[in-house]
Amino acid sequence: MSETKQTFNSSLGKKLIMALTGLFLCTFLIVHLGGNLLLFSNDGGYSFNMYANFLTHFPPIEVVAYVLYASILVHALYAIILTTKNRKARPVTYAVVNKSPASWSSKNMGLLGSILFLFIVIHMGDFWYKYKFTNTVNFKEYRTNLATGERTETAYTPEKADFEHSQSFDGNTEIIRVKDLHARVQSSFSQLWYVAIYVIAMGALTFHMVHGFQSAFRTLGWVHRKYTPIVEFIGTWFFGAIIPLGFAAMPVVYYFMSLSK
Amino acid sequence: MDNANMKLTLKVWRQKDAKTAGKFETYKAENISPDMSFLEMLDIVNESLTHGGQEPIYFDHDCREGICGMCSLYINGNPHGPKRAITTCQLHMRSFHDGETITIEPWRAAPFPVVKDLAVDRSAFDRIQQAGGYISINTGGVPDANAIPIPKIIADEAFNSATCIGCGACVAACKNASAMLFVSAKVSQLGMLPQGQPERYRRVQTMVTQMDEEGFGNCTNTGACEAECPKEISLTNISRMNNDFLSAKLFRQEEVHEIKHEGA
Repeated sequence: MSETKQTFNSSLGKKLIMALTGLFLCTFLIVHLGGNLLLFSNDGGYSFNMYANFLTHFPPIEVVAYVLYASILVHALYAIILTTKNRKARPVTYAVVNKSPASWSSKNMGLLGSILFLFIVIHMGDFWYKYKFTNTVNFKEYRTNLATGERTETAYTPEKADFEHSQSFDGNTEIIRVKDLHARVQSSFSQLWYVAIYVIAMGALTFHMVHGFQSAFRTLGWVHRKYTPIVEFIGTWFFGAIIPLGFAAMPVVYYFMSLSK
Repeated sequence: MDNANMKLTLKVWRQKDAKTAGKFETYKAENISPDMSFLEMLDIVNESLTHGGQEPIYFDHDCREGICGMCSLYINGNPHGPKRAITTCQLHMRSFHDGETITIEPWRAAPFPVVKDLAVDRSAFDRIQQAGGYISINTGGVPDANAIPIPKIIADEAFNSATCIGCGACVAACKNASAMLFVSAKVSQLGMLPQGQPERYRRVQTMVTQMDEEGFGNCTNTGACEAECPKEISLTNISRMNNDFLSAKLFRQEEVHEIKHEGA
């Protein structure tokens, strides 16, 4: 076995891969939440649609996106490999298992991860796949008067089937035609069961982060009496509370907005 | 004994040998004093089993003062029973109440095959130790005391790791049957001291490789091992081991130790 293979086939090597992909996915959560907060800008979905268009048409972002998808798959695959090995290490289970002081989330990372994986499949299938690979997302035309800043929006039906987006000027008016992902978000988040899936998944994210974030640092060997409490604080309150609450607020707020219409 | 009045029901795992499937048998333990240790209680049960012509319950024990690491037993869902930071020989019957049913199981892990009943073969730990848990020195005259300066905080940390008695409670408690707490304690006790430096990175690599070969599970940092350890070995040891292993493999090319198998 080559030396590199030996490193990554060892138990610690596999844990290293789990930790690195996990932390990379954590950084993605920050970016994804930051961008999607545009859903709360009250401008008829203009900035959100522009942002979605930018993400899908800016090559460097597209490259990072595929690294991200690969990380999700590797993280899940290694979780399965490690869990299988762990099960093999205890072929006969205990008849009585007492409550140990180990946290609930630390003992259920596989269950939490499975919920999150299922959620990612539903979520990407509904937005990412339909946006990129189908014609089911409608278009919108935004006309902005550059002098006054006034903006009007209308539905737009493209003449060509493979139309993506366009920007043109008509005198002092900027005309932007983009896919209206915002409308898709509105219609999805007006269904209660769909909102429920999102809220449950974000609950799972909370518990996955509370254990996972600090555990990744332990796996990397980065433990210090000064900064480990800070890592645990960030894992619990930033990744475990603020981020999932921010994400969960989107379907909840959009659901209540759909009721008041 | 004056107050030998406890009556207990024991559900004990009986297994003829590693190849035969085991099952629970129920026994009555009577005239038990609350001041007896758990092992003394088993001695009394065994005595009555022997008198009745039955095979006594086979269990591991040796020093009976909490320092040898020989006694095991997974009692009512905890390694070494319900109390923290003790071995089974230090567990007294006053920790149980009269009439209680106590379930006693062996350590359960593939690398710890059952020898008989409650005794398991922990030689996997010996093989991990033999893979690198030592220092090479030239013997000779006794060196002067304090000839090698060691800061107190380092000496204390190394000594804390060195208190590991290799009982295997960490493996028994871990939901993944991982041996990382044991291995990391053995890696740390030498790796932190000057005498352990020459083989520091080689040691962590050979011991981790042996641990993997024995078939132990992988650490998920749940902390169950630390909570159940009779010597309260800290989880920090595992991070220290990870740090040494990864820095050897990824950042110190002169320290990379490729394991070559004989005949492979």
